[in-house]
Amino acid sequence: MRRLADFLLPLAVAAFLLGAWEAAVAHWQVPAYVLPAPSAIARAFADNFGSLMEALASTLAVTLEAFVAACVLGIATATAFSQSRLLERTLYPYAVILQVTPVVAIAPLILIWVGFERINLALVIIATIVAFFPILAGATLGLKSADFNLIDLTRLYGASRLQTLWRIRLPNALPYLLSGMKTAGGLALIGAVVAEFVAGSGTATGLAWRIVESGNRLEIATLFAALALLALTGVMIFAALSFLEWWLLRRWHESAISAS
Amino acid sequence: MIALSGIAKRFPNGVQALNDLSFTVGRGEFVSLLGPSGCGKSTALRLAAGLLTPDAGTVTCADGKPQIGLVFQDHTLMPWADAMTNARLPLDLKRVPREQADACAVAALARVGLAGFERAYPRELSGGMKMRVSIARALAAQPQLLLLDEPFAALDEITRNTLGDDLLKLWREDGLTVLFVTHSVSESSYLSHRVLVMTSRPGRITADIALASGRDSRLSPVTIEAQRVISGALNTAIAA
Repeated sequence: MRRLADFLLPLAVAAFLLGAWEAAVAHWQVPAYVLPAPSAIARAFADNFGSLMEALASTLAVTLEAFVAACVLGIATATAFSQSRLLERTLYPYAVILQVTPVVAIAPLILIWVGFERINLALVIIATIVAFFPILAGATLGLKSADFNLIDLTRLYGASRLQTLWRIRLPNALPYLLSGMKTAGGLALIGAVVAEFVAGSGTATGLAWRIVESGNRLEIATLFAALALLALTGVMIFAALSFLEWWLLRRWHESAISAS
Repeated sequence: MIALSGIAKRFPNGVQALNDLSFTVGRGEFVSLLGPSGCGKSTALRLAAGLLTPDAGTVTCADGKPQIGLVFQDHTLMPWADAMTNARLPLDLKRVPREQADACAVAALARVGLAGFERAYPRELSGGMKMRVSIARALAAQPQLLLLDEPFAALDEITRNTLGDDLLKLWREDGLTVLFVTHSVSESSYLSHRVLVMTSRPGRITADIALASGRDSRLSPVTIEAQRVISGALNTAIAA
């Protein structure tokens, strides 16, 4: 019953808002190049379905590649940090610098270095930089926060560092890592969009570029359709990662148990 | 079994935790290390386990390093693993073949009264049961020396008494040597052969009390008398 309400209430709000929007546009005769009615957006979506889906596939590919790259790099770096305090103290400030520097500012440089002939690689690199930090931060915290007594036990039984890492530190890091991944999933999409914006005309083929292009041509309905698709993609990524989190933690972690 | 002699240990924050701490635990003995909170009991236990190295003094074991089992005040279980996997941890770390390790873990859980709970996760178990899994984990590696750091301090009295009786039974059946850190006079008077009374800052032994036999219940006159003697020694230690 509560599950149903969780679905129905937001849907009811959406239906009401869309209805009010449609009515307002009709009543005040708002020009389509300022604010198209939801019905016009739906028509634009249907008319451009093929090209919008191609654009979505392109953006989604960049997002997923960047997300996977950020996971691999983030976990690997955090693992290296957990094995060497010296390494962590030496390199962590650079990770922070990478995080706090606005990616829009680095993006042109990366595009030039990688080259416009390998535009996809450049987009993936930019999105990876955006998504990397929450995974590194989550995994680092999780690897370091293992119970000291449990670590002492592994020493008592003569465990190798690898055994301690595999049996204690990594499982302990999982909830922190998954939380970082949920943030990173959304950020990878943002990174992909920003990268497309910066890459600009003639090279990018994703949804963000469709938004810029539609804006330039005053095809505002298509712009809205692309925007809605982008928002939906973000929600789907978040939902998928939330499900993964619940599934992996459902047997033992408080966060997953109270939510079920 | 194990002898600590002339041990000194200073913490990184500069506090002299232990100074000239010496005691021995003989094979098959059940010895309590009793003292007020913060007197360095746990530090002494960690030194005995070889998890800390002393600044001065020596820790010697008569016949080579014994297999040690360690139980903490917290159950210290892995929340992501079931009771069986938790109990099997020492064997997994020692790379004991899986089938053999499984058999040992099942046997250890049965010995602490948890047969049938092999697949239960820690969060599904009560505080007392979690402590039992923790003891099963210590037993799984078949230790000669069992070190317990206030294992029942976080439990209610009924659970504490039951676990105490079960521990005594395990000790008798296995011929274990036990070093039991506690701040409870009544626990030490009932469970142990000998009570070492510790003072704080710096921690050292101020009394070594051998207890008379015949303490077969918590309320027998011999146990009550033992409590009186131990309390007296503890008060002297604190006052000094």
